[in-house]
Amino acid sequence: MIGSVDIALVDWSRAQFALTAIYHWFFVPLTLGLSFLIAIMETIYVRTGREEWRRITKFWMKLFGINFAIGIATGIILEFEFGTNWSNYSWFVGDIFGAPLAIEGILAFFLESTFIAVMFFGWNKVSRKFHLLSTWLVAFGASLSALWILVANAWMQSPVGMEFNPDTARSEMLDFWAVLLSPVAVNKFLHTITSSYVVAALFMLCVSSWFLLKKRELMFAKKSIIIASVFGLLSALFVAVTGDGSAYMVAQKQPAKLAAMEGLYQGKSGAGLIVFGVPKADANKNREDNFHFKLEVPKMLSLLGFRQADAYVPGIKDLTDGNAERNIMSAGEKIEKGKLAIGALSSYKDYKKLKNLAKADSSLRVFKEHSSYMGYGYLEDPDSIIPNVPISFYTFHIMVGLGAMFILLFMVALYLTLRNKLENKKLLLRIIMWFFPLGFIASQCGWIVTEVGRQPWAIQDLLPTAVATTHISASAVMTTFILFAVLFTILLIAEIKIMITQIKAGPEGGEHV
Amino acid sequence: MFKKATGLCNKIFHFYYDGFRSMTVGKKLWAVILIKLFIIFIVLKLFFFPDFLKTRFEDDEQRSDYVMEQLTNP
Repeated sequence: MIGSVDIALVDWSRAQFALTAIYHWFFVPLTLGLSFLIAIMETIYVRTGREEWRRITKFWMKLFGINFAIGIATGIILEFEFGTNWSNYSWFVGDIFGAPLAIEGILAFFLESTFIAVMFFGWNKVSRKFHLLSTWLVAFGASLSALWILVANAWMQSPVGMEFNPDTARSEMLDFWAVLLSPVAVNKFLHTITSSYVVAALFMLCVSSWFLLKKRELMFAKKSIIIASVFGLLSALFVAVTGDGSAYMVAQKQPAKLAAMEGLYQGKSGAGLIVFGVPKADANKNREDNFHFKLEVPKMLSLLGFRQADAYVPGIKDLTDGNAERNIMSAGEKIEKGKLAIGALSSYKDYKKLKNLAKADSSLRVFKEHSSYMGYGYLEDPDSIIPNVPISFYTFHIMVGLGAMFILLFMVALYLTLRNKLENKKLLLRIIMWFFPLGFIASQCGWIVTEVGRQPWAIQDLLPTAVATTHISASAVMTTFILFAVLFTILLIAEIKIMITQIKAGPEGGEHV
Repeated sequence: MFKKATGLCNKIFHFYYDGFRSMTVGKKLWAVILIKLFIIFIVLKLFFFPDFLKTRFEDDEQRSDYVMEQLTNP
């Protein structure tokens, strides 16, 4: 069925969405994280009354403002793409996404837009406490608006609290709280926002290290490093905990993604977690050893994925071919059930038009019986349920490896700063500066694991990406892809230039934003 | 009552007016924001990103029929 879809169109639509989302995600982590760092600094200022903290707060607030201004509305483009390139998907999910996105819009508008003005214009005009309250509200508002987007994304990974309406071809929300509080959504929200806090803390470390290297604003830089290190360390530790929660949910809800993330072609009991490895280019499910070499922690994957050291972790072969002994249904069987669901939906539609209610009811019963496999009915090849293994594997391991290094980095930076030794370690300061781009790489890798890892699905088990696309010409999507690439590059260069100018000017470089 | 409301509006107006006037780098940022919003909402939205279902079909019934056809006969 899916064979009739223009693959070039699907690929260009995916590439365009990926480009926009990756670009948007350059700004979001800094907005989320810097807002809290600023709020913490301003709290110290209000509590101690020391002017140096006001100066520090205002400098970082200025950088926050630049990032916020350049990043504003970049997420809107994703919504345009939903309407133009992903119309089947947009219609299919409309009722589920409507509420979270509306709440996001209202929150973003009232909390961020209102209080951000007080934050920037309100110094000396409102009381210190009201100004501080506004800064905290901006920070909470930013994270809260991220909540709704992440809830929507989590629903696509694990659709809960909904029912597909065969009369309107839309999913309808049955239980708002099931959507909002699904374990996938809770983990995704906590993992994503805290990883954003880490990126912002790395940004603060990077800029402060530059000041130390230049022997400028030493007290300012050291105080910033202490705040960033403590905040970053706590966030990074929390990221590790929520990462474990996320991986557990992937094991339960998206076993093919987990198998791809770990390059697990054949399932096993007491499966080990790969710390480092290089999969073979011709890796396949019929071979046991698919790595050139690997370093793994024995039984850890079973423990993390199923909370039991000897639990069986299904591999790619189990998921495509099935494993009766482990009660795992083959993808082929799911495809058959999916085809029954789609056939019944089609019959229901036809009988309803003919006003043959008895046969329409009977078709509807068949559809409901198999509707949880609906998406499989569009697939032809059982192997197509497996996402791209090398991309999933490498991005996952890069993200985890960098995350572990960040914890170490924050500990070292904090220890050396408290001992007054960091400013003399020039090589280390230069290395710290490189960790900021590494923070972005880790964050983007996280999204790539999430999104590439859930292929072929736009909505897990229900709607494949290829069916979610609008039937428009691939060349039109390619044209807008190039347009975006140019626009985004110009904006990114503008941000970097303005940001660097302001950083070089330092805390003394002007009172106002 | 009216006087109080006018006074409050006046205060809010001056709060924003003075804030915008005292901007330094902010003026450059506003220029970036306005150019970006123009490109996004006028150029991209109008010419490159029409809402497929909204522009091609008149009502929700037609839209749902179209998507149903896509789902049952992709």
